Amino acid sequence: MEQRFSGGGIVDFVDFDLEKQTVRELNQFLHKEFDGAAEVRIHNPDGAHHIACGMNVPAKIDIMGNAGYFVAGMNKHAEVTVHGSVGWSVAENIMSGTVRVNGYASECAGASGHGGLLVVEKDASSRCGISMKGNDIVVGGSVGHFSAFMAQAGRLVVCGDAGDGLGDSLYEAVIYVRGEIKGLGADAREEAMGEGDLTSLSELLGRAGFEYRPEEFKRIASARTLYHWNAEDGGSHEHGRGGTRRKQFVRP
Amino acid sequence: MCGIVGLLMKDPEKYDLLGEYAAKMLEGMATRGCDSAGLAAYTDPAEGNGARKFSLFDPSGNLDWNELADGMREHAGCEVDASAKGNHAVIIPRGAADEAFRWMVENRPEAHVLSVGESVEVYKDAGHPFDIAERYGFSELSGSHVVAHTRMATESAVTWAHAHPFTVGEDFCLVHNGSLSNPHSLRRMLERHGMRFDTDNDTEAAARFLEWRLREGDTMEEAIRAGFRELDGFYTFLIGTKEHLALVRDPFACKPAVAAETEEYVAIASEFRSLAHLPGVSDADVFEPMPEEIYVWSKDSAVVAS
Repeated sequence: MEQRFSGGGIVDFVDFDLEKQTVRELNQFLHKEFDGAAEVRIHNPDGAHHIACGMNVPAKIDIMGNAGYFVAGMNKHAEVTVHGSVGWSVAENIMSGTVRVNGYASECAGASGHGGLLVVEKDASSRCGISMKGNDIVVGGSVGHFSAFMAQAGRLVVCGDAGDGLGDSLYEAVIYVRGEIKGLGADAREEAMGEGDLTSLSELLGRAGFEYRPEEFKRIASARTLYHWNAEDGGSHEHGRGGTRRKQFVRP
Repeated sequence: MCGIVGLLMKDPEKYDLLGEYAAKMLEGMATRGCDSAGLAAYTDPAEGNGARKFSLFDPSGNLDWNELADGMREHAGCEVDASAKGNHAVIIPRGAADEAFRWMVENRPEAHVLSVGESVEVYKDAGHPFDIAERYGFSELSGSHVVAHTRMATESAVTWAHAHPFTVGEDFCLVHNGSLSNPHSLRRMLERHGMRFDTDNDTEAAARFLEWRLREGDTMEEAIRAGFRELDGFYTFLIGTKEHLALVRDPFACKPAVAAETEEYVAIASEFRSLAHLPGVSDADVFEPMPEEIYVWSKDSAVVAS
């Protein structure tokens, strides 16, 4: 462990080199021995998977290069920065804290998260924010197809363009897109930006470190036509939110 | 799950590095597929009038390749170069390649043909990718481009014959990460067009479908577009021809791919970890290929279609 002066106080640094140590050793240290009272720097990640998964303490973690799949998965409390690009499913199931990617993210970024913030400074690929449940995702570039599919709560902010099928089968998550949308998915629609949208988006963009004006964005939300059972489709029961959805019940 | 690897060297001066880079890339994909592996390298074209390069494989390891080459010389009356690596050999008959081939098929049926062409050499086998790379000396190969694969079988048996790459026709090969859901109907359709199959593998059906389209006069791009309509399932394909390295992902792009391009090379793999150790990759243009886009790099390095 190395000590350095930072902002007036002494900060401890823990350096991990993944050329010399395994990801398992790193994660076991982070889960079992680490109390968060130091900054962790992870060197030579070289696209390895599962780096810093399951963090459960408030700590600052820097990954000094490109990471593989599931980096910072299930993150709770920690502030993780990847100084590079990431593979599939960065910050999947994030609970709280912040995960920042300086480069690009592959598929399923921030999927299924319950809270916290994921920032991808460049593009994210397809299925970004799929099934998100309360987390926020801000993408500085564009997102690929089927982003925010079945997203239930939280916000996906896209500063660039969005691919096809955006927000298909959305629940109550809200999507803000600054650029072009190739196509909206089933039941997703553009809505007017309200005062609340402008205020909350402004705050979120500020936290993510982007200087765009919230007025430049479009709001995409659920039209809620899939929420209820439609008698004309062959049934007489009403299915509320969270119940079985109409499309799956259509029978010949 | 499977891993795919593609590499094209842009500068002929650097062809000697092809094998070294590619072997390291293949090693990175061993975690995605550890039951078999294979590699197609486009090496120096066979020289001489009517010369043809055959990659041959004898699973038993008993075949005497020098004796086979002698047999070709004697019965076809042509010059024959032979270089053997264990149960695998590259045989180049010059002058009467067709006749030499016919003699071999009739008289040495235990020699399985992995590839035929002017410049392609194919090596594939069941076993761990590390062992296969070592066995066939992948790191020493020299040439313009490589297409390689590590396999974790999900839909047909684990044998050398089911390992990728699949080759059809001359100098054409295909590797696949994914799975097709209609290989049997494709196969029945292609059999009606007179095509014959070596295995029940889904990737072979895709390879033969593309070959059939090319034979019917499609360009590579037209053949791949026909594939978007006819091939049902998930795929990232890497395709090698004498001049080209091509990459395509299905419309849903469920199977991963990442590419890195520098002035020296274009490198493609299922995951970044296979690219992480390439020289200059930190300054490379790294990108994720888009679904339903066709990427083609030619030996003279330009992207010719996308």
